[in-house]
Amino acid sequence: MSDTLTGTTTEVPDYPMDRDARCPFAPPPQVLEMGEAKPLSRVRIWDGSTPWLITGHAVARELFADPRVSVDDRIDGFPHWNEHMLSTVHKRPRSVFTSDAEEHTRFRRMLSKPFTFKRVEGLRSAIQEVTDECIDAILAGPQPADIVTKLALPVPTRVISEMLGVPYEDHEFFQHHANVGLARYATAEDGQKGAMSLAQYLINLVETKMADPSEDAVSDLAERVNAGEISVKEAAQLGTGLLIAGHETTANMIGIGVLALLENPEQAALLRDSDDPKFIANAAEELMRYLSIIQNGQRRVAIEDIEIGGETIRAGEGIILDLAPANWDAAAYPKPDQLDLTRDAGQQLGFGYGRHQCVGQQLARAELQIVFHTLLKRIPTLRLAVPLDEVPFKHDRLAYGVYELPVTW
Amino acid sequence: MKVIVDQDKCVSSGQCVLNAGELFDQRDDDGVVVLLIDSPPSDQTENARKAAAACPALAIDIEE
Repeated sequence: MSDTLTGTTTEVPDYPMDRDARCPFAPPPQVLEMGEAKPLSRVRIWDGSTPWLITGHAVARELFADPRVSVDDRIDGFPHWNEHMLSTVHKRPRSVFTSDAEEHTRFRRMLSKPFTFKRVEGLRSAIQEVTDECIDAILAGPQPADIVTKLALPVPTRVISEMLGVPYEDHEFFQHHANVGLARYATAEDGQKGAMSLAQYLINLVETKMADPSEDAVSDLAERVNAGEISVKEAAQLGTGLLIAGHETTANMIGIGVLALLENPEQAALLRDSDDPKFIANAAEELMRYLSIIQNGQRRVAIEDIEIGGETIRAGEGIILDLAPANWDAAAYPKPDQLDLTRDAGQQLGFGYGRHQCVGQQLARAELQIVFHTLLKRIPTLRLAVPLDEVPFKHDRLAYGVYELPVTW
Repeated sequence: MKVIVDQDKCVSSGQCVLNAGELFDQRDDDGVVVLLIDSPPSDQTENARKAAAACPALAIDIEE
C-alpha cells in the first residue's frame, strides 16, 4: 500500500500501452522509456491491480528461469490478460501454459515428441515444398497479392495440420476461432464463444483418434487418454494450444517479418544473397528480436519474495514479462531500434525463456528461415503495393502482426 | 571441460542440439536431453558453453 501512502498511485501508468503509429515495428514508446529508467516497474492493468512490468533483458531472463515465479493463474494476484481469462480460470483444464514444476513437465513431455530438433530438421524438405507451392501460386496469380492469405497463413497452417492430424479442409474454421481466441481485450462473453467451439472441435478429434489412431500428435495424445494418463478434456486443451500456437503466431511473424524486410531493403539484400545456413538462421533470430510479436506480456505471479534489479517483488504480486522492450534493451543489443541481420541475436527472448519457453520453437525457426529466404530469392523485386501507413496492424491482438500485406513485383 | 545434464529439469526445447549437435541429442519419445560426450574436445567447448547459456531450463552445467 506504499503507493497510496506516498501519493504516487496516479503515476502508475496503465498497461498495455499504445504503439506510435509512425513506428509500427517499435514497442510502445512509454514502455521503452520505462525500460531505460529501470528494468522493472509497476503498471496498472484492466482490473485496477498494479503488477510488476519487466522491461530489462537480464532481469527478464532471470525471472523466466526462477522457480519462485509461477504461471498458475488461479493464484491470487495473477495478472490476467483480460476479463475473459479471469472468468474462465476455474473452468479451463490445467495445461502446459498454466502448470508449474512436475505437473508442467508431465504435460510438456507429452507435447515434445514432434518438435525435437532432429524431427523438425526432417521436416525441412516438406516445409520447403509447401513454401514453393505458395510462391508458385502468388507468381501465377493477380497483382497485388496478399502475403498474409497467400503465404504467411497457409505455410504454418498446412505444416501444423499435418503434424497434428487435423484435416486441412477445416482450416478456415480453426483460423477464425484462433483469431477470436487471441483478442487482446476480450470480454468474458466473446472470448467464451471462440474457445468453446474450438475446444469441442478438438474433443471430437481426440475421440475420433482414440478409436482410430494414425501417425500424428493428436493420436499420441489420444493414446495417452486411452492409457488413462490424461482426460479427453486435457488432451483437447493441449491439442488446442498446439493448433493455435502452431499457426497463428508463426503466421503473424511471417507477415510482419516480410514487411520489416521490405522496409529495410539493404538487410533484405543481405539475406537474399546469402546461402550460409548460419546467417539465414541468425537473420530469423534477429527478426524475432526486432519484432517480438507476442505483445501482451507473459503473465506470472511470485510465490515467494524475490529481490531483483534493486526491487523486491513480494509473494502474491503479479509479474508481466514484456518481450518487446526486453528485446530492445540496449544493454543486451546496442542500437536495438535497428534491424541488423549481422548482429548476434542469440538469446533473443521472442520465444520466451525458462521452462515455459515455446514448445514449437524449432519448428517456427525452420519455417521462418525457409519462408523469408525463399521468398526473397524467388521474388527479388518484391515490394509493398500500398504506403506503409495504410498497412493494417494488429494492435488489438495478443500476437502483433498485419491483417493483410498487399505486395507487387 | 566437463558437461553435466539434469534430465529432470529438461523441458525438451532442443536448444542444446541446435547449439551443439555433436554433444547433445534428444530422446525420441519426449525430447529429453541425452548427453553424447561429457568431455568435449577443444573445438567443441564454445558450442557447449552456448548450449548451456541457451538452455531455458538451466539443465546443463559446465565445469571448466
